[in-house]
Amino acid sequence: MTTSTVRVARGPLHAARIGWERGKLEIREFLRQRESVVFTLLFPIILLLFFTQIIKYNIPGGISFAQYFVPGILAVGLFGASFQTLAIQISIEREKGILKRLEGTPMPPSSYFIGKIIMVFTIVILETAVLLGVSAALGKVSLPSDAGKWLTWLWVTVLGVAAGSVLGMAFSSLARSGKAAPAVVTPVALVLQFISGVYFVFSQSPTWLQISASIFPLRWIAQGYRSVFLPDSYAQQEVAGNWEHGRIALVLAAWAIGGLLLTLRTFRWRNGKDA
Amino acid sequence: MSSLTGTTELLGSGKLCGMTNDSAIRVRGLRKAYGDRVAVESLDLDVARGECFALLGPNGAGKTTTVEILEGYRPRTAGEVSVLGLDPAKATRDWRARVGIVLQGTGEFETVTVREVITHFAKYYPVARDPEEVIESVGLKEKADARASTLSGGQRRRLDVGLGMIGRPELFFLDEPTTGFDPEARQEFWELIRGLSEEGTTILLTTHYLYEAEALAHRVGVIAQGRMLEVATPATLGGRAEAATVVSWDGPNGRETRSTNTPTAEVVKLAEQFGGEVPGLTVARPTLEDIYLAMISEVSA
Repeated sequence: MTTSTVRVARGPLHAARIGWERGKLEIREFLRQRESVVFTLLFPIILLLFFTQIIKYNIPGGISFAQYFVPGILAVGLFGASFQTLAIQISIEREKGILKRLEGTPMPPSSYFIGKIIMVFTIVILETAVLLGVSAALGKVSLPSDAGKWLTWLWVTVLGVAAGSVLGMAFSSLARSGKAAPAVVTPVALVLQFISGVYFVFSQSPTWLQISASIFPLRWIAQGYRSVFLPDSYAQQEVAGNWEHGRIALVLAAWAIGGLLLTLRTFRWRNGKDA
Repeated sequence: MSSLTGTTELLGSGKLCGMTNDSAIRVRGLRKAYGDRVAVESLDLDVARGECFALLGPNGAGKTTTVEILEGYRPRTAGEVSVLGLDPAKATRDWRARVGIVLQGTGEFETVTVREVITHFAKYYPVARDPEEVIESVGLKEKADARASTLSGGQRRRLDVGLGMIGRPELFFLDEPTTGFDPEARQEFWELIRGLSEEGTTILLTTHYLYEAEALAHRVGVIAQGRMLEVATPATLGGRAEAATVVSWDGPNGRETRSTNTPTAEVVKLAEQFGGEVPGLTVARPTLEDIYLAMISEVSA
């Protein structure tokens, strides 16, 4: 046979290159869905303005409630863009046959996941830039000037996006149809938001709730972001009495690796009998 | 086995110039069951390299199940399957690069343009076609910068065909490719498929349109209730070549018809009877559709 000489490119570099191409296509698709862009980028601002208008907590230590609240909103935004968006979007793509079409091509399967993570990372960066830009311009929030704090923001964001994204990918296989996905995903996300101390001071919630929340990544993302946007004196108010950077990195990395393994083992490219 | 003779005839006829004589698709005793429900049973199929083969059959006959087993999407219950020398249940990325697929469903792209999607998919393949040429050959040149959501049903289908051929496949599967095409688009599509076939691409298509199978396929196979009823050339399917011709005309007491194997003699005789023109004369051989419908109704009876 003269035709069996076809060899596709292999290896992590090729997968990354195709993943980058997929990421660009995904970002383009996201940016063209005007409603979802506006909603995704404006929702955190609305949340911040709304909460700071109607709730007048006194935060001990002298910072404004908005300042205290920003890390929580950023954490919710990150988790929404990664876990919620992917769990729902991938279920819908599976139902519409997008995944089936890709499965029939020589695209490396990992490129699909890489593309999704690139898209999520871009959305999180946009969301963060818009929220911090607007709230700083309104004088509600002061941004850290110390490079070390921004470095912390970067690694918390990278690990948080990785953990939230692979969890969303794994979770997408739970919904039997694209229509059912929001119903399966939204309650999980809402419960996590409420127990993870993004809407109140985490160390003030009951111990059993703290322990439950500590299993999941959102609590740690929020705590990591607090260490960026709150003065270091606030570390004492955390459960452990410090920012626990090592533990944050460990928990998020564990979720990222565990979620990746789970996704690789359970990911379905199709619904139905022969999936 | 009729399918084997069909292949031999085709190879002998010189239609497959430059092709090696190994088969692109070889299926023996294929069976697919979902619990008690049998979707495909004892199915044999041979498609030669370079051949264009059409699978015909009513909805639910097992066409898509068979094709999706050949495409590597579905596992089989029993039987031997070899597609381009490999068991599709163990499809590799190298194999995927040699196979083009147009699935039945369509229309999942929305905000991306025709050019963006086709250019993107070209990057998956080691020896892709030029995206601009593909866009032109599927007739979407004027729509190249249109978002997929604005395309008509037929245009979306052409985008599917473009994505299926972008990787320069050796074997092209098309599952009901012309659904939603207007007659003009259908003619253009046929030209495209003939062109691919002339380049040596092996084609397996399913269709509901008998005239489409007749226009494109070297051979057709009829599936009903999960079984292959017959494989033959469109001209000989179901004894079509030997089937009686029906001569009809307007007689003094209304419409008359006569089945005959000597239609010319029959017409001469009628002309003598009428002393010239025979009123309302038609001479018809059974169409592929007539033969097909007779085969299908025999099975379901």
